[in-house]
Amino acid sequence: MHRTLLLILMLSATMLAASCQTGGPEQTTAQAEAPSDPAPASASPGKGNWPQADSTLAGIPVFSTFEEIAPVFQQDNDTTYVINFWATWCKPCVKELPYFEALHEAYEGQAVKVVLISLDFPRQLRSALLPFLEKRQLKPEVLVLLDGKYNDWIDRVDPQWSGAIPATLMYNSATGQRRFIGQAVDSVEELQTALEAVAATE
Amino acid sequence: MRHLIFLSALALCLALTSCGEVPAEEQAEATTATEPEKTEETAEAKTVAQKADGVAVGEKAPGFELKNVDGEMYSLDNIKDANGEQPKGYIVIFTCNTCPYAVASEQRIIDLHNKYAAQGFPVVAIQPNDPAAQPGDSFEQMQERAKEMDYPFLYLFDEGQKVYPEYGATRTPEVFLLDMDKVVRYHGAIDDSVRDPEAVEEKFLEKAIESLQKGEAPAPAVTKAVGCSIKTV
Repeated sequence: MHRTLLLILMLSATMLAASCQTGGPEQTTAQAEAPSDPAPASASPGKGNWPQADSTLAGIPVFSTFEEIAPVFQQDNDTTYVINFWATWCKPCVKELPYFEALHEAYEGQAVKVVLISLDFPRQLRSALLPFLEKRQLKPEVLVLLDGKYNDWIDRVDPQWSGAIPATLMYNSATGQRRFIGQAVDSVEELQTALEAVAATE
Repeated sequence: MRHLIFLSALALCLALTSCGEVPAEEQAEATTATEPEKTEETAEAKTVAQKADGVAVGEKAPGFELKNVDGEMYSLDNIKDANGEQPKGYIVIFTCNTCPYAVASEQRIIDLHNKYAAQGFPVVAIQPNDPAAQPGDSFEQMQERAKEMDYPFLYLFDEGQKVYPEYGATRTPEVFLLDMDKVVRYHGAIDDSVRDPEAVEEKFLEKAIESLQKGEAPAPAVTKAVGCSIKTV
């Protein structure tokens, strides 16, 4: 038996059980759901607030630890968050960026927030990331996460994530829906379909 | 507990149903061209299928017959350790020329082989990227890199990308530590700092090898690290 799979199944099973108890309408799609964030809901006093980085580089927030950026994954409101992990040297990541830009544009003024978290190496921020951002003028918010102790935080983003980039997480606390996409997306429509499902109350 | 198993089984049925809709070749990630009308369910199922089809810790590793940079074919049945003996285990690492995380790990992979091949644990590196998607990972470029860095270990080419999906590998670098019976005993990262060798605090893989040498089960048996998605067209 695949131990990781079993763990995931147990978590989804828990979710199934939870939705059965409450008669939640989401149970029909529960097999496609990511397990809910394993982090304790009330552990972080800053929960609900958008995190402030301890430093910035040309106006880009730079987070040195996952702990500091964690509130991005715990926003307790009715906005749908679309969070993409990328890096300038990652070809499939750069290839799919226009879809995230298009999504951002399509939902401007609505309760949707697209966040692009760069995992560029510390020594490449000035030499690669800043010139890239200067050239591309990305509209969605760009954050930098430098925490290289990946094993400590990959599962906190989503237990389904193997660690390969690109990877995208969508969640909405008000609907209780999540989607984890562990590979590159091929169109803005693919993102839109996922987003609509996450934003939908039923 | 029984309740839990029942629920797991229920979830399993659901998961299998969705897996069944996805052909094996759809697991390939990154640059795979998929029709735009694919729904998010398909995307999710791909991820599930990837997990379900991989090899788990405790399971026998899939066999293979792959070409080494020296032109010879190698399988788990003809690989020897540094003493020409039947290995006590195999350090299978999916890695490549081009991924910055793989490049950052290169010296560590060389050191691992130099340290452990004589103790019965040779490194078996497998390059899973399709050169059509990543020209820097062609067989010729692999040969060049191996020569340049004087790789002491096998550097095999997963031509046709048949092997990595059977292991369920998704990124480079990604390690599967097998015991002498070719059972996977550890899966994941070399250590806790793939990007920066200077910042390593825990050597997960070395600890796992030492556990096997003592006849113990590695703990942790599974770790994760950020890596480059395996490239396909």
